[in-house]
Amino acid sequence: MEDLIVSVAQRTLIAGTPLLIGTIGEVICERSGILNLGVEGVMSIGAVAAFVVTFYTQNLWLGLMAAVLAGMLISIIHAVASVSLQSNQVVSGLALTMLGLGISSLAGKPYVGKSLTEKMNTVAIPFLSDIPILGKILFVQSPFFYMAIVLALAAWFILEHTELGIKIRSTGENPKATEAQGINVSLIRYGCILVGGGFSGMAGANLSISYSKLWIEGMTAGRGWIVIALTIFALWNPMRAMIGAFLFGGIFVMQYLLQPLGISPSLLAMLPYMATLLVLVMIGIKDSKKLNAPAMLGEPYKRGER
Amino acid sequence: MAKIKKLEIAGISKSFHGIPANRDIDLTIESGEILGLLGENGAGKTTLMNILYGLYQPDAGEIRINSSAVRISSPLESINLGIGMVHQHFMLVDNHTVAENIALGYKNAPFLFPQKKIKDDIVAFSKKFNLEIDPLKKIWQLSAGEQQRVEIVKALFNGADLLILDEPTSVLTPQEAKDLFRVLKDMKQAGHLIILISHKLDEIMSLCDRVTVLQKGCIVGHARTADVDKKALARMMVGRDVIFDIQRDKMPPSSRVLQVSNVTVNSEKGFPAVKGVSFDINRNEIFGIAGVSGNGQRELVEAITGLRKLVSGKITVNDKDITNQSPKKIYNSGISHVPEERIKFGIAPGLFLYENAILKQQHRKEYSKNSLLAYGNIKLYAKRLVEAFQVLAPSINVQTKDLSGGNIQKLILGREISHAPALLVASHPTYGLDVGATEYLRKQLLKQRKAGGAVLLVSEDLEEIFELCDKIAVIFRGEFMGILNSDDPQTADIGMMMAGSLRLTAS
Ligand SMILES: Nc1ncnc2c1ncn2[C@@H]1O[C@H](COP(=O)(O)OP(=O)(O)OP(=O)(O)O)[C@@H](O)[C@H]1O
Ligand SMILES: [Mg+2]
Repeated sequence: MEDLIVSVAQRTLIAGTPLLIGTIGEVICERSGILNLGVEGVMSIGAVAAFVVTFYTQNLWLGLMAAVLAGMLISIIHAVASVSLQSNQVVSGLALTMLGLGISSLAGKPYVGKSLTEKMNTVAIPFLSDIPILGKILFVQSPFFYMAIVLALAAWFILEHTELGIKIRSTGENPKATEAQGINVSLIRYGCILVGGGFSGMAGANLSISYSKLWIEGMTAGRGWIVIALTIFALWNPMRAMIGAFLFGGIFVMQYLLQPLGISPSLLAMLPYMATLLVLVMIGIKDSKKLNAPAMLGEPYKRGER
Repeated sequence: MAKIKKLEIAGISKSFHGIPANRDIDLTIESGEILGLLGENGAGKTTLMNILYGLYQPDAGEIRINSSAVRISSPLESINLGIGMVHQHFMLVDNHTVAENIALGYKNAPFLFPQKKIKDDIVAFSKKFNLEIDPLKKIWQLSAGEQQRVEIVKALFNGADLLILDEPTSVLTPQEAKDLFRVLKDMKQAGHLIILISHKLDEIMSLCDRVTVLQKGCIVGHARTADVDKKALARMMVGRDVIFDIQRDKMPPSSRVLQVSNVTVNSEKGFPAVKGVSFDINRNEIFGIAGVSGNGQRELVEAITGLRKLVSGKITVNDKDITNQSPKKIYNSGISHVPEERIKFGIAPGLFLYENAILKQQHRKEYSKNSLLAYGNIKLYAKRLVEAFQVLAPSINVQTKDLSGGNIQKLILGREISHAPALLVASHPTYGLDVGATEYLRKQLLKQRKAGGAVLLVSEDLEEIFELCDKIAVIFRGEFMGILNSDDPQTADIGMMMAGSLRLTAS
């Protein structure tokens, strides 16, 4: 029984990790007022970049770096479209998703069914991993897990307690007032979109070089969309994103556990979205002021207008 | 960057959608000077200052600092050059705290924990200038007057060689304005350059060395304040004589329109902001509420107009209970509302002028048939409104946010008054209106009163209150310190009542 609990908890965290990494990026991006629906595509690109580079260099860390870089590069498209050209962010985000999925399956074709010689191994943290039960769950994990936790804390800290954070949040709330305070709104938004892209790329790498070591097409399997839902579920707060990501990770694991019992996996796949809706409704009823979506989320900012 | 000693604006022109807002403007100001910029609503004052601040780019002309030409392509550049600005329409992030708003543009804000670290500085700073603000409150919880204080403190906090103030006192009390002017005079002594835009000619006269008058985007005159008086300034602005003291005829006592009994209302934080307030307003009466903003005026007004729930008490209009009814029902029972924050609550900024002209009335049968808007009628009505209230706009087919601040106010007033409401609830109705428009509005209010209407007037401007109101209530921390007839000799003590140090027992 203890083994089962440990195994389920471990797998919950493993499944939640890429969701958390992607969500941190999307939270940062949306906090600056930019809606990026391209996460699914950017994740796939990160996955293929990490796999291919690792495949040839045998170096997992180089693979991870390639994924982050690729994620940032491809996101420039969204930055140019939504910031410089002030176009509709939904459209360019969706375009990015399609483009990313396309590039990923094209570039990944030759590798379908191939496998890396090794994947990112779990690392046991000395001493801490000796704690009964909890130690095995929390401190015998892939480096991606540890990085995700540190990055989530860092993102929260930067957004809430630094000057840069105030600039990012103000940009998402009221770009005009922010500009009037001498802040370069475009620069902030470009930065946040690229950082968000880097996180999505990293989430993709997590799937292709840590979650599995086998290349399969469509590896992201809708996780990018869950990230979008999670961002809302987390109410744009990286700390709450942690809770949400592992909750949703748990739902993933449930799918495997409950399927043999005759419960349809589609029903469970629906749960993350249902949970997001439920949270929105509940908070909306209680105190809609707490639903603090960035006020100008998705609104292009044109300088020199009233 | 060297200190600004002299600033020149040379040949600046700017058009929006082909309509000129500034035409070939030349202006010079030197260190140690306060320049007043005057002009009717829509004359182009804000546009010119926004160009100087880098928010707009001029179509032609140049700006010189210490005789060398500079290009100011963003506020970042103007701030680096030593320019600061208090904006007419507050540039504040609603969902953030006062501290976060001030930290945002503060040059010396620490990277880590900025809001916490500058909190005490803000309190000390605002105390020093008697512009008290609470750094932990969110902007959306503040009244217009409090927001204006934040806007001013934000600009002063950063320090600037050249300070632009675009109607900085429109919703301040006279005392607060006085304190601000003391600061400005000190800055002048220290060699700063100051440009002040205001429609309050007394302020201009007492503070400025020189004035420049704009009309329809052009400069139409300069004067030294020592050489002119208020009347002459007004004439320069509107091209005719303006009557400052209006005659208010005595009206016979009349029947009751509004009855507010024992009303208690909570603020956003859940504490009572209005505590057991009672009063009546009769037909043919203008009832004023005086007080420093943030003492419950906004909450009381919102309770009467249905925007906020009452905790206890009762409100009736023409003996019909409207307690906690929907704003629509209340509006239909004859209560019109001119809110204090015009952009946020008075208009839908992105809709066209003609659509805003019938806001809240769209369901009337003149304006809609079978759920379809009757645009012909609407536009006709909008045209008449624009003419009657002299709203200066390129046409009625523009987005309302593109109008100048004063013209937006005229549009709102026109819309709320023209249907002869039983009661008009007006917060700072002359907020940002030029002298000509103020005169017109006051006459309109008195006309309403004469025709049997009632008005609830909330204002920081005591002069306005004395001039218009038949009865004056003074509010302090959510309670009435007393209700006076305008001819009561005790009105001399109104300042003490506003500060909470005098309370009249109910007579
Ligand atoms: N961004 C803009 N887009 C379109 N028109 C504009 C814009 N900014 C200003 N205008 C127009 O330029 C003219 C001048 O406006 P401005 O705000 O400078 O007037 P103002 O002198 O400051 O008036 P007020 O006393 O009412 O504030 C107005 O007719 C206004 O409609
Ligand atoms: Mg203006």
